[in-house]
Amino acid sequence: MTEESMDIDMSMPTNTVEEFLRMERMPHIWCPGCGIGTTVNCFAHALETSGLDLKKVSIVSGIGCTGRVAGYLKLDSFHTTHGRALPFATGLKLANPDLKVVVYSGDGDLTAIGGNHFIHAARRNVDMTVILINNFIYGMTGGQVAPTTPIGATASTTPYGNFEEPFNLPYLAESCGAVYVARWTAYHVRHATKAIKDALRKRGFSFVEILAPCPTLYSRRNRLGDGLDQMKFYRDNSEVKNDADTKTVGLSFQGKVIVGKFVDKDKPTYLDSMNAFYAQKFGDKYSPYKG
Amino acid sequence: MADTEQKKKGLGSVVINAERCKGCGFCVEFCPTHCLELSEQYNAKGYHPPVLTLPEKCTGCNMCGLLCPDFAIYGFLFKKKK
Repeated sequence: MTEESMDIDMSMPTNTVEEFLRMERMPHIWCPGCGIGTTVNCFAHALETSGLDLKKVSIVSGIGCTGRVAGYLKLDSFHTTHGRALPFATGLKLANPDLKVVVYSGDGDLTAIGGNHFIHAARRNVDMTVILINNFIYGMTGGQVAPTTPIGATASTTPYGNFEEPFNLPYLAESCGAVYVARWTAYHVRHATKAIKDALRKRGFSFVEILAPCPTLYSRRNRLGDGLDQMKFYRDNSEVKNDADTKTVGLSFQGKVIVGKFVDKDKPTYLDSMNAFYAQKFGDKYSPYKG
Repeated sequence: MADTEQKKKGLGSVVINAERCKGCGFCVEFCPTHCLELSEQYNAKGYHPPVLTLPEKCTGCNMCGLLCPDFAIYGFLFKKKK
């Protein structure tokens, strides 16, 4: 061992993730035990291995804890108004179709305030990647109930527990027309990295939901321990079911978490359908829109 | 902000930036070979950063680097000199 170790190069490599991040802004604002930083790590690794030209990748975020991601990534980034990340991203894509547009936002931002935009962006099949970090609650504003809060979970606005039916986000995305739908948790880092990479390569509205622990508001108020306990829960209670029917993957309070890649299909995108339709309608008079 | 240098043993090693750590313990809990532990020492913010206690067991798989929410640790493989 000692003779062999003489041949070993001891120069330490640098962290490959750091070139995708604005390290001058670190440490970030996320709480100890929060899973959002882990998902950013996965995203940076996915970008690194995807081989995309970083000058043609832009990231759009809304408001909230996850909305801060746009500020920490060293890409062209938009930090938009609350819930309007998808309209900004749609405009960005239509103005410059060469861009790879990534929307990185939270569950409250994308499915509550921006819920209408979400269903229409998926319906039109605008070519973009949506990464939704689901922490079951409005984290930044003080732990109010969100459309993803499971029945029975306590939030600051539901002190006796939530009684509203939560969204089943993979089902919502698939039924609205998303071409790629996957769900992973912050524990499944390698799977999530691969899912983000696949979603970045996919043409059309690709949707990746990642469940992340919120130790300060969700876990503490529901007496579920800290972020590490939530990660252990994801490890012990997740079941990988690729190609599962999205109707069956709804989440319940501390129940089984079904993860996997649920949908992967091909459909013409918004610009493809527009160009094909007008070319058929107007023939040679129409020149296809290229930005 | 000093990257702590670890002893040369095993297949790989980790680099820990103790000042960036928030002590969540993800790396310690989910290390596949259980070669990390939370240190007794505090960093400037009052958290316990991880230390590599069993360097001979580290395989440099970078699982800790993928899980770390604060970009404070990463694994690497030793390369042979040419």
